[in-house]
Amino acid sequence: MSGWRVETQGWAVDRSRPVRFTFDGKSVSGFAGDSLASALLAAGVTTVGRSFKYHRPRGFWSAGAEEPNGMADILGTPHRVNVQMTVEPAQDGMVLRSINGRPSAEKDRNAFIDRFARFIPAAFYYKTFMFPDWHMFEPRIRAMAGLGALDPAAEGHLPTAQANAFCDLLVIGAGPAGLTAALKAAEAGRKVILCDDQPVAGGSLLYREALIDGVAGPDWAAAAVARLRELGAQVMLQTTAFGRYEHGLTGLAESLGQGDAPRLWRVRAAETLLASGAIERGLPFANNDRPGVMSAMAALQYLRRYGVAVGRRIIVATNNGIAYEAAQALALAGAHVTVIDPRADAPACDLPRRRDRIEAVIGRNGVEAVLLASGEKIAADAVIASGGFTPTVHLYSQAQGKLRFDEAIQGFVPERKVTGLSVIGAANGAFGLAEVLADAAAAVGAVSPKAEGPHWPFKIDAAWPAPKAKGRIWLDLQNDVTAKDVELAARENFVSVEHLKRYTTLGMANDQGKTSNLPGLALMAQLTGRSIQETGTTTYRPPFVPIPLASFAGIRGGQLMNPVRRLPLEAEHRSDGALFREYGGWLRPAWFGKGEEAEAVNREAKAARESVGLFDGSPLGKIEVIGPDAGKFLDFIYYNTMSTLKPGRCRYGFMLTEQGAVYDDGVLVRLDENRFIVSCSSSHTQGVALLLEEWRQDSFDRARVQIHDATSRYATLTVTGPKSKALLEAVGLGADLSDEALPHMALTYGAFGGEPVRITRVSFTGDRSYELSIRADRALPLWRALKETGRAFDAVLLGGEALMVLRAEKGYIVIGKDTDGRTRPMDLGVSGPFEKKRGEYLGKRSLHLPAVSDQARAYVGLESLTGEVLPCGAHAVERNGSAKRSIGFVTTSHFSPNLSRPIALGLVENGASRIGEILELHHLGKSLKARIAPVCAFDPEGKRLHA
Amino acid sequence: MQLFTCPFCGPRGESEFHFGGDAGNIRPEGDVSAEVWTDYLYFKNNSRGAARQIWMHLACREVFLMERDTVTHEVISSEALVQEQQA
Repeated sequence: MSGWRVETQGWAVDRSRPVRFTFDGKSVSGFAGDSLASALLAAGVTTVGRSFKYHRPRGFWSAGAEEPNGMADILGTPHRVNVQMTVEPAQDGMVLRSINGRPSAEKDRNAFIDRFARFIPAAFYYKTFMFPDWHMFEPRIRAMAGLGALDPAAEGHLPTAQANAFCDLLVIGAGPAGLTAALKAAEAGRKVILCDDQPVAGGSLLYREALIDGVAGPDWAAAAVARLRELGAQVMLQTTAFGRYEHGLTGLAESLGQGDAPRLWRVRAAETLLASGAIERGLPFANNDRPGVMSAMAALQYLRRYGVAVGRRIIVATNNGIAYEAAQALALAGAHVTVIDPRADAPACDLPRRRDRIEAVIGRNGVEAVLLASGEKIAADAVIASGGFTPTVHLYSQAQGKLRFDEAIQGFVPERKVTGLSVIGAANGAFGLAEVLADAAAAVGAVSPKAEGPHWPFKIDAAWPAPKAKGRIWLDLQNDVTAKDVELAARENFVSVEHLKRYTTLGMANDQGKTSNLPGLALMAQLTGRSIQETGTTTYRPPFVPIPLASFAGIRGGQLMNPVRRLPLEAEHRSDGALFREYGGWLRPAWFGKGEEAEAVNREAKAARESVGLFDGSPLGKIEVIGPDAGKFLDFIYYNTMSTLKPGRCRYGFMLTEQGAVYDDGVLVRLDENRFIVSCSSSHTQGVALLLEEWRQDSFDRARVQIHDATSRYATLTVTGPKSKALLEAVGLGADLSDEALPHMALTYGAFGGEPVRITRVSFTGDRSYELSIRADRALPLWRALKETGRAFDAVLLGGEALMVLRAEKGYIVIGKDTDGRTRPMDLGVSGPFEKKRGEYLGKRSLHLPAVSDQARAYVGLESLTGEVLPCGAHAVERNGSAKRSIGFVTTSHFSPNLSRPIALGLVENGASRIGEILELHHLGKSLKARIAPVCAFDPEGKRLHA
Repeated sequence: MQLFTCPFCGPRGESEFHFGGDAGNIRPEGDVSAEVWTDYLYFKNNSRGAARQIWMHLACREVFLMERDTVTHEVISSEALVQEQQA
């Protein structure tokens, strides 16, 4: 109970607007403008969470995004875990639950673990729980350790649309450097975006004593924002720049309040200035993790911005001058302050002071006193510890910027500018206000504003953790890593910083070591006799702070993620009672009518063989290949020779990959000497069009062959069955449909309602079939005429499922279902071109590679011996003693209503020469038997094509 | 997201492009050895630094040559494979 409100301070809180929330079930009140952290501190709450591994009590260390301890889960909708209370504004009605402490952070039943801490150092779990199996121990250990807890039943964020933006200059950070640069650039007429993670612009001006051009810091910042907006600049508050990507792209996350996911912005800027400031780090003394130990700039910010003093008897320990501002301000607010500063050249100061350093903090659950190196003990309820400042260079380093260790500030600074990104201000190692403003103004070629204040010279003496120090000196508060853990890593030769991180977990999790990395690697440098520069840093990766995955997803989900393609006749099919399913990206009728699937599909498949079926085949590929070299081109593209095809005729063929596998099959139509249509599989249209275009430009005279994908321009209506010809004649297309004029695999033209209709006689059912292609927007009258006239012929509407049954009865393949990435054309029984075709074609050489024919699997029919439908995907196995090996699998399986028995297709090793053999099939623990049969089960002579 | 430059359409987001392979990986014709053929099919240069690559801009369907740095991701140049003939 050490924090208290200071009535005379706290310009950012509105005392007329109280807010109330609960923390671990306890009611906490604060004011509008408070962060959750400032309200909790003002309420006297010091222990705000339990540590990751040892369940030690922890309090707030910082007032910003670097906070390692002060996280909580916000319950409700959405349920948010590990929210940093130092940056989250306090709002009425919030329900907070502390992390890793049950029932509460104050009274944690697992606190006893800390007493065993010396038995569980870094890597203890790796070494101890190896036998018999780590997984036996894992659940219990995971339940004991960790941070926030997800509630699987809770609602997540509401989706938020993402946004893109472009500008001349993006400025990251609205502190004195960022505001100066943004303002000067906007005044010079540049299009500027300025972002800052805080709800108020100003950065350190919000709590440090400074005058810019004679105006007090917060007022100057507010005026700068107003002026920027006047000039048309975009000022984005509560917006964190989290990642730097290629070619001037920066990712921003804009907080939209409690319910919505932060909005993801992709900002492409011609130039970016990183003005992200610096992060204060602590001092190495025993129990430096106790609640009540806080950074100097955090204590100053809580005091000036929020009007909260962190204690009444405060020790300020420092190795630099900046902490003096906090010491003085807290003393002025009424706290009793003692300064501990070991430096010989410490500035003059009228506060009680010891030239000494802290050995340890005394107190079990908070600060009770400090023990100095001299042996003196001073009672205290809070300790301010300042060990210097680490420039926030994350985004610069993400952009592959190199760092240099600067002895003068004891921190890594950017070595030089990277393409499109410069670093200014404290992030660039400039710690005095005048120096910061000059750096910022110079970056945009402007004159610096005049600065007065803070008056304490920085002048730091290094104070890194030292080897073999007494007590438990904490480096990483979020992951419970002590100096001894780093020493252990060094002893066990995990001396590279990347190994150190993984072995000890130093710098992992939410905060990614914002406060802990540098002290950790400085200790490793001493242990290995290297300089800090030689020891180096771990790789910086986005995001700078945790960003909900919902932000990256945005509103892209379901139909907005992967929209289905729709048929021009969809509305008509719906009114005919179609049930729709997605097939290869297209939404198509699966069957018609209200019946059960099996009943409906059997009815349609049977009727189509008895009378006539109408099928909407519009997604069928219609890629035109045009030009005098079209024939030559298609000879190269297809496995089969295509240039010998006569105009007005169709030919079935395969396209292969260069690896020799069948990529697509379909019918090629030759309209005239120089014009072909590639009817590729519906789901392959885009891939085939790309493949054609690539080879056209790679190997052919592009002036003599052209590709045009006309798939969506035409609807294709299929009429199939013994009465198909009679139906078309009754509809009247004005074309001669006699077998002499239009034999199987031929083409003719007709018209309907004045609209040309291309008629091809090709079949995917094994019955006499016609495909009518007509302009997509004029297809409806023709489809209606087919249905209405069809009544007299007992016509049936065919869905996709029945068509699959019909083609399976014939053994016609579906690429990607009956074939895989290894299936060669010979495996499908087409070996003519392999043996005879002379010219070059795609995949030719690969077909002759020995490796490609090893374990080739041939396409065969499979007959169920038990009368039950074989499960699709069942493996055929070969036994060799007790060993089993898969020799193939079932690719297609249906009940055939026309044969009144199950039919199946599959790929089986040497299948073509094993017709009649019995195979043993395995599927999900079940064993079945099937006989290898020819692929065509129905009308093997093919008489019905002409019937 | 990277920005690639189509010689016909200018700079566009990388998701508009399709990678075609290393430039200069010429398809061997005729009765070549298995080594030559598999080298063409499977062995990529995967070079560090400047690399000459074939890309297709899916929006305009043009295949072009792009030189880019595989370390810094800088786009060094991009040019059409066939110069447009002057009318």
